Amino acid sequence: MNIDAKNIDYKNLNSALREADNNLKIVNCLGQRFIAAGVSDKKIKIEGIPGNALGAYLNGAVIEVMGNAQDAVGDTMNNGEIIIHGNVGDAVGYAMRGGKIFVQGNAGYRAGIHMKAYREKQPVIVIGGKCGSFLGEYQAGGTIIVLGLTDDDKNIVGNFPCTGMHGGKMYLRGSCDNIRFPKGVNVQKATDEDMKEILSYIKYFSQSFDYDVNKILDSDFMLVTPDSKNPYKQMYVAN
Amino acid sequence: MSVEYIYPEFEVIRNENRCICCRVCERQCANEVHRCDADNNLMLSDESKCVNCQRCVSLCPTHALKIIKSDCALRENANWQNDTIKEIYKQASSGGVLLSSMGNPKSFPVYWDKILINASQVTNPPIDPLREPMETKVFLGKKPDKIERDDNGNLKCELPPQLELSMPVMFSAMSYGSISYNAHASLARASKELGILYNTGEGGLHEDFYCYGENTIVQVASGRFGVHKDYLEAGAAVEIKMGQGAKPGIGGHLPGAKIVGDVSRTRMIPEGSDAISPAPHHDIYSIEDLRQLVFSLKEATEYKKPVIVKVAAVHNIAAIASGIARSGADIIAIDGFRGGTGAAPTRIRDNVGIPIELALASVDQRLRDEGIRNNVSLVVGGSIRSASDVIKAVALGADACYIATAALLALGCHLCRTCQSGKCNWGIATQNPDLVKRLNPDIGSQRLINLMTAWNHEIKELMGGMGINSIEALRGNRLMLRGVGLTGKELEILGISHAGE
Repeated sequence: MNIDAKNIDYKNLNSALREADNNLKIVNCLGQRFIAAGVSDKKIKIEGIPGNALGAYLNGAVIEVMGNAQDAVGDTMNNGEIIIHGNVGDAVGYAMRGGKIFVQGNAGYRAGIHMKAYREKQPVIVIGGKCGSFLGEYQAGGTIIVLGLTDDDKNIVGNFPCTGMHGGKMYLRGSCDNIRFPKGVNVQKATDEDMKEILSYIKYFSQSFDYDVNKILDSDFMLVTPDSKNPYKQMYVAN
Repeated sequence: MSVEYIYPEFEVIRNENRCICCRVCERQCANEVHRCDADNNLMLSDESKCVNCQRCVSLCPTHALKIIKSDCALRENANWQNDTIKEIYKQASSGGVLLSSMGNPKSFPVYWDKILINASQVTNPPIDPLREPMETKVFLGKKPDKIERDDNGNLKCELPPQLELSMPVMFSAMSYGSISYNAHASLARASKELGILYNTGEGGLHEDFYCYGENTIVQVASGRFGVHKDYLEAGAAVEIKMGQGAKPGIGGHLPGAKIVGDVSRTRMIPEGSDAISPAPHHDIYSIEDLRQLVFSLKEATEYKKPVIVKVAAVHNIAAIASGIARSGADIIAIDGFRGGTGAAPTRIRDNVGIPIELALASVDQRLRDEGIRNNVSLVVGGSIRSASDVIKAVALGADACYIATAALLALGCHLCRTCQSGKCNWGIATQNPDLVKRLNPDIGSQRLINLMTAWNHEIKELMGGMGINSIEALRGNRLMLRGVGLTGKELEILGISHAGE
């Protein structure tokens, strides 16, 4: 079923969404925030531009946006899947603790900030384009993959990636010669073993956005991991 | 190196005539102060490890032990005091940031102790709470500005979500991780019995405690630990933690050593990994951004639960509170600079923030001046120590108080201020199973119930003395307060007259 989002606010849009069938399409979306906040069991297609905090606390639903999205996509997401056929704003996947986010284009600042993981709950973000500054800040778990598939001469990530990173993994496609990483992280070429871990995510990305998976994989990937899961251990003295 | 040597702060005094070498002290001390010289049937102590938590003193069956402050002191100096010098030694040898626990122990003014409460004489009779009904129930949440009627003239009765408390006190945020499972169990059970609420803090909610949801405030902090849909739905209210009185402007950091077992699962981070809460919420740089988090939580909980925004009391608190009141929050919680903590940098704890009394008075006044006081309820914490502090806070404009240090004292805390070590001998600020089991939740919850019941009686007696039979009639009633020994400026901020006026 379709929900026409024209001239309705986020509150009414979300209550219509909650009452709708499990398979639904939102058309004429125009910046409404918090779409599908906390929703568990729906498959939602969105035409137009959703506003900030799309899929916040998402709990299992699948969201596909046929365009760009704004800030805080998948904020504190627990489970489910978000596919964006376009770019996203800042803080995509903030404190994400499960589920997957696939972005065809670029992401703004602070993508994957404070992403977590626990046992089988391993969140994943795949960004097809490039990222702004502070990618993976405070990353505590999960996997962030940036493919840099855009034709411009920008670096694959902006300044200060991985600041405060103390868990999880980050994969960056291509060499990272121009990127300055902070102390406390290791940057090395991803091994075949490392690549095996993310192959299914890259395949899924390619299928979703109609790319040739072999072209994507025909490049080195760099793997960034933290030195320590206790970055501040030596910082304090008991008083 | 000898220059690093700091003489132990405490001395263990053992009365050899009373000591029976039963070794209780040895078994009870997680700091390993006591040991037995079996050959000579003698107990010995290593005072350098003693934190003066009084566990051994309390459990010694023959009362053979006492802990005293050492009189081995550096030469007296009003400027360079002993503690100041020792802190320099500690930093010179370690290069570390000084880390402390519990609230600011410095001798800043305690305004509660400079405020006196009124009582009725002759012209307005006092009320005896043992014989007459007294109402201490409060409702927290947005209140309507005016009565509205529908087209048929009937009252519109729909209210925004409210929290109902049997008395104007709640247990404030202490995370599972910073305190133990049994401490959380005690707080949760006592809250249910008392008809009040406790607060999960930022470490998530253990699945065993979902059943206390109606009496639980679930917290969302910058680290978002343990935050997911079921957690948000489990609580009666959701609290956004922007700041904490003990450490305004900085985040939280639970060391990996405490991220074990259930704590790890509840926070949803791997065992042994540090739990780092960044200083800011990186999606909140303005009141408009705060509004976005408030409404994302309201959307996720379908507008059924009030949203609390907790901030530390800092210099421009009145303007900040005004912004929060306009952000869509239902309740503002303000934490004064004496509030406790499981660990905070000493310099921050002892030097940042302002007293809750002044913050409360200025916030209440500002919200009234702006005509938005009914948009929000005000909850204050940061060293509420007694029923009279509660009464004074309510008269200064609070809807309710948050207590935490007082609750921990009820559970057995002796304020040794070494929570950061994780070796709490009272089973509170520890995750060591052998220590945790020392705190029996049956006894702990009963002691909390006792404390709150006693305070509620005292609150009623103080109200009765003023001729007030409903806590609602006391809120913001500053005529019931007088200051002693305060400057004109202090009285002006508190909005009260001097005693004798």
